[in-house]
Amino acid sequence: MRPAMLFVDLANTFESDITVSNGDMTIDAKSIMQMTMLAATHGTRLKIRAEGPDAQKAAQSLRELLESQLIGDSTAVSEKEG
Amino acid sequence: MEIRKGIAVSPGIAIAKPMVIDSKDYRIPRRSIMPSQRDKEIQRLRKAFSKAILELENLGSSKAIQEGKIGDIFAVHMRFLKDRSFRKRVTDFISKDLVTAEYAVSTILREIASHFAGIDDAYISERAADIFDIEKRLLTHLLGKKQEEVDHLREEVVILAADLTPTQTAGFNKSFVKGFATEKGGRTSHTAIVARSLGIPAVVALGDLSSEVPPECVVIVDGNRGVVIIDPDDDTLKQYDVYAQQMTQFVHELDQLQELPAETRDGVHIKMLGNIEFPDEAEQIIEKGGEGIGLYRTEFLFLYGGQEPTEEDHYNAYAEAIRAVGDKPVVIRTMDLGADKLPHTRWHPNETNPVLGLRSIRYCLQDLSLFKTQLRAILRASVLGDVRVMFPLITNLQELRQAKMILRDVMEDLDEFAVPYNADLPVGIMIETPSSALTASLLANESSFFSVGTNDLIQYTLAVDRANEHVSTLFSAAEPAVLYLIRSVIHESYKAGIGLSICGEIASDPEFIMLLLGMGVRTLSLAPPMIPEIKKIIRSVTIEECNKLSRAVSTMDSARQIKNYLRDAAIRILPETF
Repeated sequence: MRPAMLFVDLANTFESDITVSNGDMTIDAKSIMQMTMLAATHGTRLKIRAEGPDAQKAAQSLRELLESQLIGDSTAVSEKEG
Repeated sequence: MEIRKGIAVSPGIAIAKPMVIDSKDYRIPRRSIMPSQRDKEIQRLRKAFSKAILELENLGSSKAIQEGKIGDIFAVHMRFLKDRSFRKRVTDFISKDLVTAEYAVSTILREIASHFAGIDDAYISERAADIFDIEKRLLTHLLGKKQEEVDHLREEVVILAADLTPTQTAGFNKSFVKGFATEKGGRTSHTAIVARSLGIPAVVALGDLSSEVPPECVVIVDGNRGVVIIDPDDDTLKQYDVYAQQMTQFVHELDQLQELPAETRDGVHIKMLGNIEFPDEAEQIIEKGGEGIGLYRTEFLFLYGGQEPTEEDHYNAYAEAIRAVGDKPVVIRTMDLGADKLPHTRWHPNETNPVLGLRSIRYCLQDLSLFKTQLRAILRASVLGDVRVMFPLITNLQELRQAKMILRDVMEDLDEFAVPYNADLPVGIMIETPSSALTASLLANESSFFSVGTNDLIQYTLAVDRANEHVSTLFSAAEPAVLYLIRSVIHESYKAGIGLSICGEIASDPEFIMLLLGMGVRTLSLAPPMIPEIKKIIRSVTIEECNKLSRAVSTMDSARQIKNYLRDAAIRILPETF
């Protein structure tokens, strides 16, 4: 659960609302419960969506984290910056 | 209204609100709350969360944990506890479905765990264990609160539980607990013994009680008939009010016997002593007309308070009990720990068969520092009154000699420091195993007195677990094998000229009193609240009658026949009790 924990910790440092999707399922990136239940194993394709003042940075950092932790490919999408 | 039948183990009627206690590893039953309790329940949940977080913070700051892999696990737990969406899910469940915080926590976490367990990935599915851990941590705080509530009760309640441990019952605020109803247990389980010593009704082996105890309801515990009524209707409640009043009147009549001697109609005096767990019960023995303490169960010192008693704790407790009875005898039994009575502070092996395992005197003989601490306190207290010491669960002469040798060692230690003690302290033993009963003639040579503990003697003789409700019907003092052993122990004590008392539950069973007197028993030790009732029986019979009854019983060949015969005889003597 360590990667999920690092991910959620990082997500919580941003003001933006952040969601992660895996196929049809979309969850709150700041909740460890939801994150672990998303069951992202190695090689799963995740989509990160951030919305808020620091959305761009949030999406970017989270994407980098995922790639460095080798837990999956990700697409970062940020909306409504500022 | 729901009527449940169980085993009546302590007489009386209690009518009060229920207090439901769950044990830690117990499935949390669905229990509803009133809409008005919603905020209070959510508040309880919040507190449990903050306590659990605080606990983790303290754990996490220790060095060993920071360095190890465990730190990561706790870090994940911490994030779960702080997870707003998780907390919201639990809170919403409480307020929408109106259930207790325990139930909400347990249900939601088990949902999450089963989701994990179902994922086809070993790493993630194993995370279910983490979730169970979080559940346990939260429940400990929620239920721990319950235990506290029981300790600080402000209104009268009856306790409903799966089973009560001695540790739990030791913590109860006794003036507010009016009765016990448990799902498990038997006639001599500790719930039963504690209830009798407190003089409150108890019914055990009721089966699943947890299903729907409605909020704000009343529960009737009828310890005479072995019935528990949950949420009674008005008619039933009225009937029971009248019945309870009649009982109180009967008890009041009995109390007037206090000043009268415990003598049979033909003038034979029977010594009536009391069994106690705590020193403050000693006073009650005198109030009820008892003539001393026949069995002081000192292991409750260990089960109470959560830490190991020091020599001073032992000494102060003994001194208090001795003071309460003045110059009357005080039989202090050394710790009978193990089996179902385990202190939480001490290491104890995991045993598959604890009743036959490291318990009682065996435990003491292996843990000499524990044993010597107690013996030192008993010896120091021996100059304060008529103190006697008694060793439990002796199975052979070797064990008795070993225990006495340790006692002599402690005496020598005291000599060195010129601490006064009674060098002629009488040393007796419990006869509660078939082996000690069969070798009573050998043991009598080296004992000052015998005390027959019938609860364990029955359990070991008949090979029937006394706390197992599935075999509870097989547990009977009226079995010819049990009576045969008791008879022969009495015989040996007369032959050797040493004292003998009966301290098991049959000494407070109205049906057995005539038989015991007929077999030659002249000293009984029983729960103090039962003294007046048993005295009334003693005062109503002659030894002649009892001898005749005993002779008749010795020719009978089944427990059922004996039990019926004893019951008929007792009903003729004291119809009010039955």
